[in-house]
Amino acid sequence: MNVKTQTILWIAQRASAAVLALCVTVHLATMVYAIRGGLSAAEILSRTKGNAGWLAFYTVFVLAVTVHAPIGLRSVVTEWFGWRGAARDVFLLGLAMLLAVMGMRAVLGVFL
Amino acid sequence: MTHIQRVLDPTLAYRFACRVGMCGSCAMTVNGVARWTCRTHVDKVVKNDRMEIAPLRNLPVIRDLVTDMREFFDKWAKAKGQFSGRLTKNEDFQKVKPDSLERVAVDAGIECIGCAVCYSSCDVVSWNPDYLGPAALNRAWTLVKDERDSKKIERLRAVAGDAGCHSCHTHMSCTEHCPKQISPTAGIAGLKREVSLALFRKAL
Repeated sequence: MNVKTQTILWIAQRASAAVLALCVTVHLATMVYAIRGGLSAAEILSRTKGNAGWLAFYTVFVLAVTVHAPIGLRSVVTEWFGWRGAARDVFLLGLAMLLAVMGMRAVLGVFL
Repeated sequence: MTHIQRVLDPTLAYRFACRVGMCGSCAMTVNGVARWTCRTHVDKVVKNDRMEIAPLRNLPVIRDLVTDMREFFDKWAKAKGQFSGRLTKNEDFQKVKPDSLERVAVDAGIECIGCAVCYSSCDVVSWNPDYLGPAALNRAWTLVKDERDSKKIERLRAVAGDAGCHSCHTHMSCTEHCPKQISPTAGIAGLKREVSLALFRKAL
């Protein structure tokens, strides 16, 4: 991986962290607010199904996680376990795709 | 150290030259902290009446307290730590305003004497042997901000990425322990900014 790509990864991780700071705050605040009066799962689903706003919000959230987590893990596996080279990056790309698929499956699960 | 070598154990190997905090030769690990032994008073660092003196961390030991500094200085070269001017001797001196933002940034980092205290204190160096380290990156930063220098983009390429400024975790051990009160962390943060700007301008 060349230096330019490594720099892009670094910027992508910082940018996705900024998005996540906002998303996590909204997510936690909404959860605390929503269950405060004892909403059931069915009542929550009735509010999320077909709601394009929540679909857009959680799609952005999932994509930010997909970008952020594998780049952070790249440093962790390199520095803690000494794992370098192309195999590591292929593994992390696979992890990113897994996060995207599982995350979007969950997002669509409460939308459709 | 001199007392130990002269009186207790004449075989002890350690490195020193000036004894007044100018040369940077005598950096060692004293009670777990990298510092210049010449500027360290025993009564300031002794703990429970005990003091352990060890070689610098993150560098291969040659003998006793003497470390092999080659890797440390090779990384200065890898970070393109050599000045490369634009003018020839036939031209007039380039004028640099002492209070310009660039020159103030250079001044903040220019007093490094290469003692490797920062390199020895840096956890990222111990985790990632390719990491250029605080001193080499600080040197690169002072040249990136030097308006007389002509190799800015080449230098930014040399210090970017996994082996360079982007691996810094901003632990600031280098800044905390630098005997010259330099902040390599600030220089590394500056390099991250400059590399990002170069990337956005499609110059990297």
